[in-house]
Amino acid sequence: MKHCLIIFTFILFTFYSLKSSGQWYDDPVNHSCLKCHAFQTYSFHNDLMDKEEKRLMNPFFIQDTVALKKGVHKQFDCTDCHSYEYETYPHSANLKLEPMATCLDCHGGDETFAPYQFEKIDEEVKKSIHYQVYGENFTCSKCHSQHTYTTTARNSNDVLEIVNYSNQICLSCHNDMRKYMLISGHENPKLVEIHNWLPNQELHFQHVRCIECHTEVVDGLMVSHNIQGKDKAVRKCAECHTSDSRLKSSLYKYQNLQVRSEGGVLNTIFSNDSYIIGMQESPFLKLASIIIFIATLGGIVIHLTFRIIKKK
Amino acid sequence: MTETQKIYFYPLWLRIWHGINALCIILLIITGINLQSGSENPLIGFNTCINIHNVSGITVTLNYLLFFFGNLFTNNKSFYIVKPKGFLKRPIKQAKYYAWGMFTGMSAPYPLSEKRKFNPLQKYFYILVMYIAVPIVVVTGIGLFFPEIIIEKIYSISGVSVTAVLHSAMGFFISIFLVIHIYVSTIGKSPLDNFKSIITGWHHIEKNK
Ligand code: HEC
Ligand code: HEC
Ligand code: HEC
Ligand code: HEC
Ligand code: HEC
Ligand code: HEC
Ligand code: HEC
Ligand code: HEM
Repeated sequence: MKHCLIIFTFILFTFYSLKSSGQWYDDPVNHSCLKCHAFQTYSFHNDLMDKEEKRLMNPFFIQDTVALKKGVHKQFDCTDCHSYEYETYPHSANLKLEPMATCLDCHGGDETFAPYQFEKIDEEVKKSIHYQVYGENFTCSKCHSQHTYTTTARNSNDVLEIVNYSNQICLSCHNDMRKYMLISGHENPKLVEIHNWLPNQELHFQHVRCIECHTEVVDGLMVSHNIQGKDKAVRKCAECHTSDSRLKSSLYKYQNLQVRSEGGVLNTIFSNDSYIIGMQESPFLKLASIIIFIATLGGIVIHLTFRIIKKK
Repeated sequence: MTETQKIYFYPLWLRIWHGINALCIILLIITGINLQSGSENPLIGFNTCINIHNVSGITVTLNYLLFFFGNLFTNNKSFYIVKPKGFLKRPIKQAKYYAWGMFTGMSAPYPLSEKRKFNPLQKYFYILVMYIAVPIVVVTGIGLFFPEIIIEKIYSISGVSVTAVLHSAMGFFISIFLVIHIYVSTIGKSPLDNFKSIITGWHHIEKNK
């Protein structure tokens, strides 16, 4: 099964590399799936009654065509992943039982995707609290829609965008009772209340990712995936609000790579989009202020000495 | 022969202003350095630091209004007026006196009187601090308190960073001012005399007869 998929993917890959990106989804109205799956309502021919019927689409089955065209799998058409049998409606009941390929089925052991370290990520996910509690049910797809996922952290140069994208992944479930209950069977704890101890909570959630506090930072990985239990979460302010902040080895490592290669002194003072009290310490300004301070004290001591000698 | 004369230099409102200002600025400096270094201080936590810094900052801001309007509506402002004549010569002369003259028996070039509360050098520094540094610190401080009001980008540079660096730089300048201010205050009739003056309001002036 797995080998089949790999070969299948390989053929697909070589085939689609020749095509321009996203062309499948350019015209939703005439697309064999999107004509129904991109809209609030759909119509089909009722063969039994022999008439056209119009119905409401299940909102969870509506696909966002803009996001589809931006996603990493924009080269695919729906039926590359889903069965061809979906082209008929009503969909056959058996299709519900159809196994879907996981990320690892296609990406595992593939040299092309080595920089993403899919196997390492898989290992880390297996250690995470979600997997520990829910096992195989907590698939990668719970966080990464195969339809719309984009590698934001790797490609964006806007910290706020990276943060927002990443946090939306967590919040789409943790702040959504239905999705949360689908997995856990109980109600979701209110994040705002849990994080009450954090001042300026809203500001923090816009400027740091959930995973900054909830994962163990793994140096070799672009995005740490080992989400730990709440008892291991970062609570100490100084972990971020110091000059050797943990953000430098996680969130800011993406930006730092770029900034360092461009910048001089001024750049290191002004580079980050977010200003984080504590972390901003610039070695240049620090040295300058120490020198000025010592010079001032020196001047005073000399003056004082003369005053004592001259009894003034 | 010297004779001591007492002048009522510091009216009550000014003394109240100065007391509050001094206390708050000192708190601001201590907590500000703590925030800057970001280290978790075992004595005062980061959280407490922020709270102290915010409360003292707001106090200094309100207090500044007292200083500003106090000066506006009383005669105290006259001591802050700079005349273009001898704009640089006068403070340099005073600096020379501090560095050299006062040890070689020279008499003060600008003796204080009812008409002259500050020597030229003093005057310049007070103006710099009270009408440039403190207002900048207040404005940038308010900006950092409500980050959403800060201009996002100044050319290609992040507005918050510029505000923060300006805030720290002016805060630093005020700290340096404070050190010098306190030291120079020990130069008087006796080392503690000037400190008594800012509490009682009465200043002693030695007049050469
Ligand atoms: C005539 C409208 C229509 C067309 C065309 C259509 N679908 Fe659907 N699809 C639906 C509706 C409605 C549902 C909701 C479940 C149902 O009614 O069977 C659905 C459900 C699904 C589901 C979810 C099945 C489940 O229960 O988990 C998938 C997957 C799916 N469609 C894929 C496709 C694909 C792929 C295509 C194109 C090859 C396609 N559909 C074409 C209307 C359509
Ligand atoms: C890269 C593979 C891939 C492609 C391409 C793809 N899907 Fe899916 N789709 C999946 C997977 C995997 C799931 C199951 C998600 C899960 O387990 O939560 C799924 C689930 C669905 C569902 C069920 C509801 C949901 O969102 O979970 C619908 C409906 C659906 N796909 C429609 C489509 C349509 C329409 C297209 C084409 C526009 C499409 N898919 C293209 C992989 C794909
Ligand atoms: C059906 C096989 C298949 C599945 C399942 C699949 N992918 Fe992909 N994925 C591909 C192929 C093929 C490409 C290359 C597409 C291209 O080059 O445009 C790709 C591209 C990517 C890329 C971009 C690589 C690059 O360098 O541009 C990422 C990231 C990615 N996939 C992540 C995932 C994740 C995460 C999952 C699981 C949620 C997943 N994929 C599931 C086949 C798959
Ligand atoms: C609890 C949520 C969660 C789960 C589960 C999860 N991921 Fe992720 N993953 C994320 C987040 C958040 C990001 C960062 C998103 C971004 O900006 O690219 C990410 C990023 C990635 C990236 C891009 C890393 C890079 O180098 O750019 C890959 C590849 C990836 N995940 C693969 C997987 C695979 C494979 C699985 C399943 C074994 C998985 N993820 C499970 C949350 C999750
Ligand atoms: C500044 C660090 C920090 C950030 C950022 C952060 N958390 Fe937390 N989180 C914590 C700490 C510390 C706890 C433990 C609280 C406790 O046990 O009282 C926690 C607890 C939790 C819990 C456990 C709830 C429970 O009691 O069962 C969840 C779920 C959670 N966080 C999700 C998130 C999500 C989602 C985000 C992003 C929107 C996020 N956190 C951002 C530090 C953080
Ligand atoms: C699809 C839903 C879903 C998504 C997406 C998701 N989580 Fe969770 N998460 C859960 C559920 C359900 C639990 C409850 C686990 C339990 O019962 O202990 C949980 C628990 C947690 C806990 C608390 C563990 C504890 O000790 O109680 C943290 C922390 C957490 N998640 C963080 C995250 C972060 C960070 C992300 C995003 C990268 C994320 N989650 C994405 C469903 C989700
Ligand atoms: C995961 C890293 C992280 C942790 C942990 C953290 N912070 Fe922050 N904090 C940030 C970031 C990033 C900002 C962004 C500031 C900005 O861009 O304006 C911030 C901003 C702030 C601000 C607003 C500063 C301003 O400019 O107005 C305050 C206050 C603050 N943090 C206090 C705390 C306190 C107190 C704690 C501990 C309870 C804490 N933080 C823990 C990362 C963190
Ligand atoms: C007078 C009004 C002032 C206001 C309103 C003010 C306000 C603030 C605010 C809001 C912050 C950000 C921390 C936070 O979010 O709480 C801050 C930081 C700081 N303030 Fe002030 N402050 C004032 C005066 C001063 C003064 C007089 C100093 C003198 C040294 C000072 C030194 C600092 C320092 C060093 C920081 C840290 C800056 C950094 O992180 O780089 N502040 N101030």
